[in-house]
Amino acid sequence: MLFRQAGIFHTDYATNRALFPLPADRWMIIILLLLALSAPFTMSSLLLSTNVLPWLVWTSAALGLNLILGWAGQFHFGYAAIMGIGAYTAVHGARNGIPWEIAVVLGGLMASVIGVVFAFAALRVKGLYLALSTLALQYVMDWVISHVPAISGGTQATLQAPGMRLLGQAVTSEIALYYVALGWCLIVTVFMLNLRRTALGRALVAVREKDFAAAVIGVHSLYYKLVAFATSSFIGGISGAILIFTFYRAATPEQFAVNVSIELLAMVIVGGLGSIIGSYFGAAFILLMPGLMNSLIAWVAQLMGAALGVEALAHIPHAVYGALIIVFLLVEPMGLGKMYNNLRNYLLVWPFGYARK
Amino acid sequence: MDLTLFGELAINGAMTGLMYSLVAMGIVLIYKSSAVPNLAQGAMTMLGGYVVLAIAGGFGAPLWVAIPLALATMFLVGVGIERVALRRLAGRPIIMILMMTLGLDIFVRATSMTIWGGTNRPMQLGISDTPLFLGPLLLNRTYVVGAVVAIALFVLFLLFFRTRMGIVLRAISDDYTASWSVGISVERGVALSWALSSVVATTAGVLWGSVQGVDQSLALLLLKGVAVAVLGGLDSIGGAILAGLLLGIFEGVASGYLDPLVGGGSRDLVIAMTLILTILIRPHGLFGRHDIERI
Repeated sequence: MLFRQAGIFHTDYATNRALFPLPADRWMIIILLLLALSAPFTMSSLLLSTNVLPWLVWTSAALGLNLILGWAGQFHFGYAAIMGIGAYTAVHGARNGIPWEIAVVLGGLMASVIGVVFAFAALRVKGLYLALSTLALQYVMDWVISHVPAISGGTQATLQAPGMRLLGQAVTSEIALYYVALGWCLIVTVFMLNLRRTALGRALVAVREKDFAAAVIGVHSLYYKLVAFATSSFIGGISGAILIFTFYRAATPEQFAVNVSIELLAMVIVGGLGSIIGSYFGAAFILLMPGLMNSLIAWVAQLMGAALGVEALAHIPHAVYGALIIVFLLVEPMGLGKMYNNLRNYLLVWPFGYARK
Repeated sequence: MDLTLFGELAINGAMTGLMYSLVAMGIVLIYKSSAVPNLAQGAMTMLGGYVVLAIAGGFGAPLWVAIPLALATMFLVGVGIERVALRRLAGRPIIMILMMTLGLDIFVRATSMTIWGGTNRPMQLGISDTPLFLGPLLLNRTYVVGAVVAIALFVLFLLFFRTRMGIVLRAISDDYTASWSVGISVERGVALSWALSSVVATTAGVLWGSVQGVDQSLALLLLKGVAVAVLGGLDSIGGAILAGLLLGIFEGVASGYLDPLVGGGSRDLVIAMTLILTILIRPHGLFGRHDIERI
């Protein structure tokens, strides 16, 4: 972050269009990667398995939602249901003896298929009505998952996830689970980074900006909407499956209820629509901030000698979470990703601010 | 088919549906004036119920004093929400506005839980529990009162939209810029619609609170309110009443026959399916304007 653009001249298109055109960016990515790879040995295992691992999985899910919301501009208020479909398919597959990798991919494909059903609403209406219909589909999916015994194993049931075997190796230790989550998150991130450099990504952006304008320049908007829904559902389905296998270890319908969909939306909005690093920030913010605020409030209350009821303490994180969404929309609607970009653009040419392009 | 059962399901469904209309009317009022789909209407309904109880419990006021006081408080709350949260979002993409109302929903719900706790509190309106007999049909008295209040509010709004202020609101809903140019204070009109909608939400909160007690589940009325509002057409108050009636009957009858088959809980499914089908078949609802953007 603390680097400048001075002295970097791109003399051909290949270097200019590289994934990271600035050498300093490449170095930063390598350092971050090394940090991520060495995290199991530098962090306490509690921090790793309760904070970092879910953060990585939720980030990949948020990136998937960002694909549909930030890139293709289609509202999806039922993303948790899609994750649930992937998760339940994968868990059932693995319980029935399908190898883990195939079961997870099957989960993703199943999520894709159902995700295209969501897309049929998108082919007919857009904007608010698309949001409401996907929200309603989330309720329907919730109901189906919890009321069909073949899926959930009966009402109020939890479905135990079997042990993971990746390429024949049993994955049981926390460190190994962390690497699985990290690996998936990296795959999704690289996919998303490359998406904006490909024809597909540009077509999605064209559809987002104005679908009939996209049609005029030869982008088949219906086709690309379906592709966007299918791709993002695939990512969501696999993220859901990995969430169950690495973090929850058992699937219940509540893990994929409406409020989870809204939480994912909050991650994308707080992080910034169409921003990849923003999805990382947003997921971290929404996952960690309420808990941190809660301990802060409890600490302040203790300091001031005021007694807060257990019930009040249980609800304060939610209030903080709602307030965070409101404050972000008022202060910086493009989210944390935009804030990071502003800072970065400022530092790129610092101290010659007038040289900014 | 058992006709008595059918009739009972249908007529109780109709009453319940009219009480859903109370929630839907709030959504319609706001959508009509500012094109903001208020997903916080459920939370505002719940807040209304809690405010009534807080005034009644805190100052020891009887309910018939507490309810008008709560209506006045919620009027101000509505104005405040519009001023603080929604006004700055005018003209922003709809996703931001939706997210804002969802954020408000979460915030209002969690804050009321923090202040008043999650235990279910009864709201004693003094309506007797003994059912009303209509021939062989049993009617719940509270539902009857709710239905009457819903229709009364509908008539009141019909009259209100003929007054000077009501015409101003209609002008705003027609065209923002044109209203500005003829000297209408659009901001004030939108704030008024939020305030009115909060008042309607409080009424809904009181009536639903007397049916099922005041607790967090009042906020779940949102889905029903949205379904009714969309079915009736998002900018039609009369549509909200008629759609509430229809949806209530449909939900009552369908879930009455479905519940034994699937083991209960089919009400939300029926509502969600109705919402989806409405949007797919007739997005502008029964009486909404046809200018909804289609693809």
